Amino acid sequence: MSSQKEIELILARQLASHLAMPIFIVDPPGNLIYYNEPAEVILGRRFEETGEMPVEQWSTVFNPTDENGKPLAPESLPLVIALRKHCPAHRDMWIDGLDGVRRRIEVTAFPIDGQAERYLGALAIFWESKE
Amino acid sequence: MKITLWGTRGSLASPGPDTARYGGNTSCVEVTGKDGTVLILDAGTGLRGLGLSLSRSLRRVDLLLTHLHMDHIQGLGFFGALRNPEIEVHIWGPASTTLDLRSRLTRYLSPPLFPVHFRDLPNTILHEVPCDDFEIGEFHISTALVCHPDSTVGYRIDSPQASLTYLPDHEPALGAKKFPLSPDWTSGYELAAGSDILIHDSQFSEDEYQTRVGWGHSSLVQAFEFAELAGVKSFVPFHHDPSHTDDILDDLIDASIDLAQPRFDVMPGMEGATFEPD
Repeated sequence: MSSQKEIELILARQLASHLAMPIFIVDPPGNLIYYNEPAEVILGRRFEETGEMPVEQWSTVFNPTDENGKPLAPESLPLVIALRKHCPAHRDMWIDGLDGVRRRIEVTAFPIDGQAERYLGALAIFWESKE
Repeated sequence: MKITLWGTRGSLASPGPDTARYGGNTSCVEVTGKDGTVLILDAGTGLRGLGLSLSRSLRRVDLLLTHLHMDHIQGLGFFGALRNPEIEVHIWGPASTTLDLRSRLTRYLSPPLFPVHFRDLPNTILHEVPCDDFEIGEFHISTALVCHPDSTVGYRIDSPQASLTYLPDHEPALGAKKFPLSPDWTSGYELAAGSDILIHDSQFSEDEYQTRVGWGHSSLVQAFEFAELAGVKSFVPFHHDPSHTDDILDDLIDASIDLAQPRFDVMPGMEGATFEPD
């Protein structure tokens, strides 16, 4: 079992679990530590099935591409930008859900800063584009 | 270590014949080490009586504040040690996201809320928490932010013989669709895990909690579940609601024990009670 999460991450998860918007939460090293039920619909698999994932896995497992089908490098993904550059980021992209369905999504990500200059990770909200 | 409860009530001091056994003073707990170290957990109205009982030979006391809600600091102005230049008073407590601890305390210890300015108190040293673990005398102290409105910390105090976790205002069930969650997603778990004694918020009945979600407190049943999850040896229900008389508290605690069938000891948080878990 991993150690107890910081209270801000616990509260973020609780909030995410009550929202209808898909949300990803990662810790400072980039491990995906939670995604909520609406995200499960887009990603095509329940969090209980995937469990926590390192950044190398989640940044590639969904095969993110631009609108022309060109693969996106992990460092161009909003959540990776938020983590590594410690700033907000937004873009649209295509992903392959783990259910095999390709979807267009928009992603907004931002870093999570706790008090006393504690860097706690990052959070991404994403929307499936129906266009 | 020796633990003495000087104030067990939550939210508002509630003296009177109906609360005489559990007590009417707000949160204040004294922890004394075998080496004479004195820690005080929170500065509720129980602090006045505690201050009067301190040895005249004491030269240092450490006051550990969980947060700065009024029921946890109201006794500060009436703590004699703060006006005694022969005693060094170390106050540990949380800053907020925008104000340091001194600025926050000064909001209470200044007119019009109090006639004495904080800056006029001698030998007062402030320390902000949460921070890395630290030592005071024989005690090793750990801190962590916990689930309660505004910046609030919990404390774990380890002596060579025993451990105490103090979470007087704590709502680990907030937002949980099913409580308890796994330990790594439970506020306060790491502090409380395996403690000899857990002093924990038990303010509400189950019915009361349903209309007070987000107020920062736990029901007795939730507190029992948290204690079970953390694997503590003894549990002290604490921070009793002002509306709960002695008889109501007896009934609530008995019913919770019947429901939970706890594997740990339950020692009701009564003002004046002492525990020596060594």
